[in-house]
Amino acid sequence: MTLENKSALELRDDIVGGRVSSSEATEAVFSRIEQREPVIGAFLSLCRERALEKAAAVDRKVAAGEKVGPLAGVPIAIKDNMCTRFAATTCASKILENFRPPYDAHVVTKLEEADAVIVGKCNMDEFAMGSSTENSGLKKTVNPWDVERVPGGSSGGSAAAVAAGMCYASLGSDTGGSIRLPASFCGVVGMKPTYGRVSRYGLVAYGSSLDQIGPFGRTVADAALMLEVIAGHDRRDSTSVSTEKAAVQDYLAELDGPVRNLKIGVAKEFFDVEGLDAEVDKAVRGGLKEYEALGAELVEVSLPHMKYAIAAYYLIATAEASSNLARYDGVHYGHRTAKPRDYIDMYNSSREEGFGQEVKRRIMLGTYALSAGYYDAYYLKALKVRNLIRQDFEKAFEQVDCLICPTSPEPAFKIGEKIDDPLTMYLSDIYTIAVNLAGIPGVSMPCGFTKNQLPIGLQILTPAFTEDKLLRIARMYEAATDWHTRRPGF
Amino acid sequence: MSEKLTENQVRQVAKLARLNLSEEEINTFTGQLGAILEYVAQLEELDTSQIEPLAHCLPVHNVFRADEVGVSLSNDEALANAPQRDGEFFAVPKVLGDASG
Repeated sequence: MTLENKSALELRDDIVGGRVSSSEATEAVFSRIEQREPVIGAFLSLCRERALEKAAAVDRKVAAGEKVGPLAGVPIAIKDNMCTRFAATTCASKILENFRPPYDAHVVTKLEEADAVIVGKCNMDEFAMGSSTENSGLKKTVNPWDVERVPGGSSGGSAAAVAAGMCYASLGSDTGGSIRLPASFCGVVGMKPTYGRVSRYGLVAYGSSLDQIGPFGRTVADAALMLEVIAGHDRRDSTSVSTEKAAVQDYLAELDGPVRNLKIGVAKEFFDVEGLDAEVDKAVRGGLKEYEALGAELVEVSLPHMKYAIAAYYLIATAEASSNLARYDGVHYGHRTAKPRDYIDMYNSSREEGFGQEVKRRIMLGTYALSAGYYDAYYLKALKVRNLIRQDFEKAFEQVDCLICPTSPEPAFKIGEKIDDPLTMYLSDIYTIAVNLAGIPGVSMPCGFTKNQLPIGLQILTPAFTEDKLLRIARMYEAATDWHTRRPGF
Repeated sequence: MSEKLTENQVRQVAKLARLNLSEEEINTFTGQLGAILEYVAQLEELDTSQIEPLAHCLPVHNVFRADEVGVSLSNDEALANAPQRDGEFFAVPKVLGDASG
C-alpha cells in the first residue's frame, strides 16, 4: 500500500506508530498538489509553510512519546466557507476575495486540537450556492475522473482534493446536498451529519436552518474519524445540540459491527424519477441486492411529499440566504465599490460588483418570497410543506432502520452543460435536498461506475442523531465491496 | 402565486435587496425567476391548512448564557478588514442627508 493510497486512519496509525513521519506525508501531498492542481484546480489557497511546521511539530511530539490527537499529522483540506485566521476565507466570491477572518471556525479549532495538518482551502460554488462548483467566482475545478466534467457542488473542491490524492480527508458543507452530491460525482465518501450535530460557528451562513458541516474521506472509517473530531456542542452556536439531548458517540469503535435484522426502506418516489440514469438505477439496485445478501430486508415505503422538496427548498434556502447575505454591504469588510455616490449606492454597487449571477438570483428569489404580500403564499407555505416532508421521513423510519436511494439521478455531467438553465441545475438535488429540510443525516458512498468510468453514489439516510448506526450500515456495504479502492487514472 | 413576474416587480425586489442590477440582468432575471416561480407554484397543490410551519428541525428554545463579559475581538482585529478605516471607526459615505434611496 503506497503512502498516497493509505486512508487517513491508516496514515494516522503509521504516524503515531513512528513508521511514517507527518513531514514525509505532508511533503508528498504538496508534491502531488504541485503536479495535479494545474489540472484539477481544487484549492483556492494553500498553507504549505504552516502545514509543514505543524507536521514537524507532530513528529517531534511523537518522537518524544507525547500524546497526540486523533488526526495526528494527517493532511486535511477545508472548504473555503469556514473561517480561518491563518488564511483568506473567500466563499469563492469576489465580495470576500481578500477577507481574512479574525477568528477560526469551531471545526477548524477542533481539527487543530486533533493535530491535523491543514494544507489549504478548497474551491466551491460561490457562497455554497450551486451543484457543480461552476458558480465559483474565483476558479474552475474539474472532476478527477474526467476533466471535462464537473466535480459536483457546492463542495466540489473538497471532494476533488480527496479523490485526487491531494489530501487524506476534507471538510465540506451541505445545505441541499453540497457534500453528498460531489462525493457521489468524485467517487468518495461524503457525509452530512444531523442538523445541530456539528457547530456552525465560523461557517459562513447560507441557509441557517439547513447548513451542516461534514467530512469527505476515501473510506467510511475516515468519515467516522473526522466526525468524532468535529461533532459536539458548542456554546457559540445556539443551534448546536446539547450533550444531554444527543451526546457524541464513538463512531469508530463500533464501526465494524454490522446492524442485525437491518430493514432498508426503498421509497418508490426515489426510483420513479424521470431522468434517473439507467446505469445509476442499476448500480444502486445492485447495492440493495448486496445488502440483501448481507441479511438485510428491503421494505417498500412511501415518501408522498418528496416531489415538492425542491420547490420548498428553493423558497426556504433563498429566503434565509437573502437575509444572511445582507451583511455583505461594503461597510465593515469585503469588497466596497470604488466611488460610491452615497451610502445607499455603496450597498447597491458593492453588492452588484461583488456577487455572481447565481448568488444574485437566489437573493432576489428569497427577497421576493419574504416580501409583503408574498410571504404567506411562498415562504410560509414552504415551511408547512417542510413539515410534511419531515413527517414523511418520521413515518418511514417507524418501519425501517434506514432509507437507501441514489445520491444523484445521473453521474457527473459535462462542464457548461447545465449552467444556462438554473432550474435544470436545481433538479440535480432531487435525492439530497429533502434530507436538509428534515434535518436528518445522510451519507453518500461509491457503489459502482458507469461504462465511462464515472463514479456512482449510493445514499443512506437514518433518523436524527443516529450517525453511529448510519456509519455502521455504510461500513457493511463497504466491507463487502471494493469500489472505494478505485482511483482516477493519473 | 399565479401572476407572471414583471420587470417592474424585479426592479422593486432589486431595490429591497440592495442590488444595482443592469437592464440586461433585470431582463434575464425576469425570465429566469419567472420560470422558477412557476415551478414552485406546485406547492399550491397541497392542503396545508392544518399544518404548522417548520422553521427549524431541532427544537431549541431560548438558548441563553449568563450576561458575563468574556474574551472578544480587539478593535484592531475588528477593523482589520475595513475597506476604509478612520481611527477606531469604519469610514463610510455620509449617512444623513439626500441619498438615492
